[in-house]
This record gives sequence, C-alpha cells and structure tokens, in this order.
Amino acid sequence: MRKMLAAVSRVLSGVSQKPASRVLVASRNFANDATFEIKKCDLHRLEEGPPVTTVLTREDGLKYYRTMQTVRRMELKADQLYKQKIIRGFCHLCDGQEACCVGLEAGINPTDHLITAYRAHGFTFTRGLSVREILAELTGRRGGCAKGKGGSMHMYAKNFYGGNGIVGAQGQIFEAYNMAALWKLPCIFICENNRYGMGTSVERAAASTDYYKRGDFIPGLRVDGMDILCVREATRFAAAYCRSGKGPILMELQTYRYHGHSMSDPGVSYRTREEIQEVRSKSDPIMLLKDRMVNSNLASVEELKEIDVEVRKEIEDAAQFATADPEPPLEELGYHIYCSDPPFEVRGANQWIKFKSIS
Amino acid sequence: MAAVAGLVRRPLEQVTVREAINQGMDEELERDEKVFLLGEEVAQYDGAYKVSRGLWKKYGDKRIIDTPISEMGFAGIAVGAAMAGLRPICEFMTFNFSMQAIDQVINSAAKTYYMSGGLQSVPIVFRGPNGASAGVAAQHSQCFAAWYGHCPGLKVVSPWSSEDAKGLIKSAIRDNNPVVVLENELMYGVPFELPAEAQSKDFLIPIGKAKIERQGTHITIVSHSRPVGHCLEAATVLSKEGIECEVINMRTIRPMDIETIEASVMKTNHLITVEGGWPQFGVGAEICARIMEGPAFNFLDAPAVRVTGADVPMPYAKILEDNSVPQVKDIIFAIKKTLNI
Repeated sequence: MRKMLAAVSRVLSGVSQKPASRVLVASRNFANDATFEIKKCDLHRLEEGPPVTTVLTREDGLKYYRTMQTVRRMELKADQLYKQKIIRGFCHLCDGQEACCVGLEAGINPTDHLITAYRAHGFTFTRGLSVREILAELTGRRGGCAKGKGGSMHMYAKNFYGGNGIVGAQGQIFEAYNMAALWKLPCIFICENNRYGMGTSVERAAASTDYYKRGDFIPGLRVDGMDILCVREATRFAAAYCRSGKGPILMELQTYRYHGHSMSDPGVSYRTREEIQEVRSKSDPIMLLKDRMVNSNLASVEELKEIDVEVRKEIEDAAQFATADPEPPLEELGYHIYCSDPPFEVRGANQWIKFKSIS
Repeated sequence: MAAVAGLVRRPLEQVTVREAINQGMDEELERDEKVFLLGEEVAQYDGAYKVSRGLWKKYGDKRIIDTPISEMGFAGIAVGAAMAGLRPICEFMTFNFSMQAIDQVINSAAKTYYMSGGLQSVPIVFRGPNGASAGVAAQHSQCFAAWYGHCPGLKVVSPWSSEDAKGLIKSAIRDNNPVVVLENELMYGVPFELPAEAQSKDFLIPIGKAKIERQGTHITIVSHSRPVGHCLEAATVLSKEGIECEVINMRTIRPMDIETIEASVMKTNHLITVEGGWPQFGVGAEICARIMEGPAFNFLDAPAVRVTGADVPMPYAKILEDNSVPQVKDIIFAIKKTLNI
C-alpha cells in the first residue's frame, strides 16, 4: 500500500505542470471511434444521397472540436476588438456557422480551391491561416495575412480566393450554373442558408427558398448545416460526385448566425431574441459534437474543457499580437498594384506626394 | 408661451444630412404618388444607414419596396418603371454595388432619350453613399463621380451640406432625366443649419449650379462632397496667415458649372481642385482641361493643381487609409505651393 502510494505520488509530482486530471485522462479507456446516425439530406435530381450513418474517430472528433472552438472564440474576440474600436470598418462574424467551414474542409483536400463572400474568417482559418494572421489583418497590422491592406473581407491563402465584399449577384450565379453544367465543371456550389440576407428573411427575398433546387438542371442536396458530421458526409459525397466527372453539384447548408449581419447590425430588429436563443440551446454545432463525443466515450468533459482552455489561450496570444504589432509602413502604401512589373511611382494626395510601387 | 413655441419652427434649424435627405424624399413622396423608393433594406430595416427611416411606416409596401440583393435586376426593374411613367428612386446601398447594375444605369437609363430621338424619357434617381468611408477597404470605398460624370445623358449631383442634400434630392426627383445622387456616408450624421427657405416644401437647389461657400481673393478652391468641409478648414487656417481662399462647392458634377469656377479664377488667378476620387481622369482633371479651353486660362498666374485620393485601391490599415484620402494638410500644402509661399 505504501509502495503504491509512493509510486502514485511520484507520478503526480512528475507531471506537476499539468493538472492531476491529465493523468486520470491518460489512463482512461476511450473508444477509438463511434458510429452516429445523421440526418438524411433532401435530394434534388439525385437517386441516392450521402450515407445516413458515419464513423467518427476520436482523433477526428477532437480535431473538429478544437477547430470549431477556435473559430468560435476567434469570432468572439473579433467582436470584442471591434467594440474597442481596434477593428474598424466592416466585420461579418460567423459564430453559429462553425460546422459549415469545418465540415466542408473535412470533406475536401487542401489542394481543392475555395472561394466565399465576406463572412470569411472561419474559412480563412480552415484553409490554413493562423489566428494570429487573421486577427492581425482585422486590426490592420503588418503581421496580417494581407499585410493590413485588405481587412476583414479581403483575406486570401493558398487555394483560397477570399473573402469578397461584393455579393448578391443572383444573375451571375445562374450564369455560373449554366456554364458549369454545360462544360461539366467539377464545382460544388454551396449556399450557407442562415435564413437572412442582412435584415431580410429568405421568405421576403426569394420566390423559392429551396435553394438546393435552384440549380435546376444541377443536382442538389439540402444539408443540416449545424451538424458537422452531416456537413462532412455531404461534402464527401459532393466531392466524389464532382471528381467522377459528372459535373457540378449544389449544397444548401441550413445554418444560423448568432451575430447580426455585421457588427453594425444588432441583429434583433428582424428576428427575435427567442429565436436566437432557441438555436443556441438546441442546435449549437459545438455543443452537438461535444454531446456526441462524451456520450459515446470518445472524449471526456474534462478533456474538452482543457481544449477550451488551450484555445482561449491561443486566441488571447493572437489578440495580444494583433494589438501590439505595428501598422504597415507608410512607404508601402503603393506596393502591389501590379504583379510582375518593374517599380514605378504612385501619386499621393497631390502631385508632390509620391509613393514607390513594387510588385 | 411654451405651447406656442412648440408650434413655431426656429428660423435656423439644425438638421443632419441624413434627416435632410429623408425630409426631401418624404416631401416628394407626398407630393407625387408616382414617386417610390426601392432598394435593399430601405423599407422594414429603415435603410441600411437609416436614411429612409419612417418612410415605409408612412407610405407602405407599394411606395417603399425592399428588394432582394440583386442590383442588376432591381435597377433594371426601376428603369422600366421610369420608362412606363413612374418616378422611381433606386437606392444602391453604396455606389460600389452599382457596378453590378451599371449597364442599366448607362445603357438603359442614360442613353435612352437620345437613342429614341426624344421619344422615351427615363425620370429615375439613383442614389446612395459614394466614396470613402472609414475602414471599409478597397471594394467599398470607390468614388464614382468621374465614372458617372463621364456619360452624356446622365445628371450627376454631389451634395455636401444638409441644404445641398435636401434641395438636390428634391430637384433630382422632379427632374425628368436620370440623375445620380452621390451622397456620403460620413456626412450622414453631420448637422448643419438649414436656412428658413430650405424648410419650404418647394425648396429646390437647381442642378448645374455651384455655390460659393466662402469668398476670397487669393486662390480658388473647387471641391465637392465631404472634402468641401476640409477646404473650409484649410481656408480658416490660412486666413490667420493672411491668405483668403474662395471655396466653391460644386454641388453638381454634371452638368458642371464651369462659369462660376471661371469667374472665380479670373478674380483670384489661382486654382486648386479637391476631390476624394482617384487622380487619373477625375473631376479635377476635367476642371483643369475646361479652364484651359476658356477665358480663365489667361488669368492663371500658376498651373492649376489637383488634390485627390491616392492612386491606389483603398487600403484597410488606418495609417495607410488616412494617407490615401486628401487631408487638410495636403490642401494647405497645395495652396501654398500654388501661391509660391
């Protein structure tokens, strides 16, 4: 008995940097994976859809949890920094929609190409940029992913084409559908349907709100966008469809944003607080994944709480960097107007103010 | 006494630019039932920038219409409505989004009266915020004064003060031609004293006429929209040094009131132009070219100088953005250089 106690105490003191629960966790037996039922997708012009069950490994589950939590906390930090006026201009947050960007990335390869509109911070992260680079871009500093010149809506990465500020060109979407179908382009068109276009509900803006059918001759899926496993399976299905040479496919992800359209929209004049609260309590994507993992013994509550702590620290560090990093140097105001060109002079506010432009 | 005071309007009322535009639209909606407003969030949201606050409540679904996010589509619908005899006010949430619809503005609205040999008019107003705001970056900060000012068939106005905003929106709505009204988001909340005559429901500011905001003798400064305020600031600073600037508020980009500018230059012998837009092929460039073509050229003692936005897409970082728009110090510098001080 004494020997055992001594051994335990040695072990505990040996891992004195980590809380005692770590030791307990390491010795617990978790399941390697678990099978879950997922909601059947509504189908348009498809005989079969994605599977209605999926296997989630512990490793993937922990990864998805951490990623979604990182996006969530990053967005909330951005909210805070915006209210402190450290972030300026437009800021469109995606908290509530984490299952979309994380689930999508889980179903595609890093070599696939992705483009989106202005609610882009989550995608910027899942496409490979760090929280530091994203927050520093939001605060307009030289360490930002666009060197502080782009801001919230203009973040780019390898195989990620932004971040775009001009949207809503419904006609252009139909032009794109037509050409993609005509030329059998391997393209997944995704609608993150969060029920509102700025302050206008979908019922007031769309003659048909069955967005997954709006590709007409293009097959479509309507997916539960709050369930990351559903999003992942649908994406895998859609990607396989495209890669097999059948042409484009459409995915409508039914999701929800907790924030208003942007930081200048309180988000409660066109929807009720009750509605927001209901989604939060019943359909929060992070909560759904957590419950599944804990109930299937893929992870423990404590373990996930630790991830929360680590994520918070990561975000805090990134925010520190983003607020302390200096602004881009004034001399670089004219840089990167053209690509692959020799240097030239750029005119400032009058003919005596000149900036150098290099590619 | 208190009851009577409540009924009487004070002679000089402080009204923000936003309220002035709202009043102007409200008065014209009331005056003519063919007038209506359409655009994104203009009705139930009260306007993205609250410019149309209260109008939907007052006039209802038939006169104040929320559109889907489809600029090309709803601009086209508005042009068609104008052709058929209605008087639409088509709002672009910002003029950056008008690029999605620019074919309708130019090809369907601006050119039609000419192309039809005078048969088909298009009494439409396109309005919304134009130019730089604060921190909204490259795709949301462009000034379209030069782009729209370039086109025959369009009228283009650019109000600065509340008086400008109210008088010009009313004139634009009553005009039987397509009129582009370039507002400014940063000016929406700025209060101005509205003179008594501006409180009349028939108060109009004529399109095509500039206003001399400040008289001076040493140099003419021509500007439009928000920079007019910066010019007046510069003039105040320089006045302490004995330099008196004449500040002209263009009010209209097209048709340009070149006569007022010429008369002023013939008095002061010096000219600078100030605008928020890019330098190349801009409003200032046009003014300089016209001065050379007219009588004022021979009165210039120094080349005319342009103060403009920097020739770059608008950067996001504050230090870069601040240096991409004309500041008071840039105006003062240009004035002193021109006057050789």
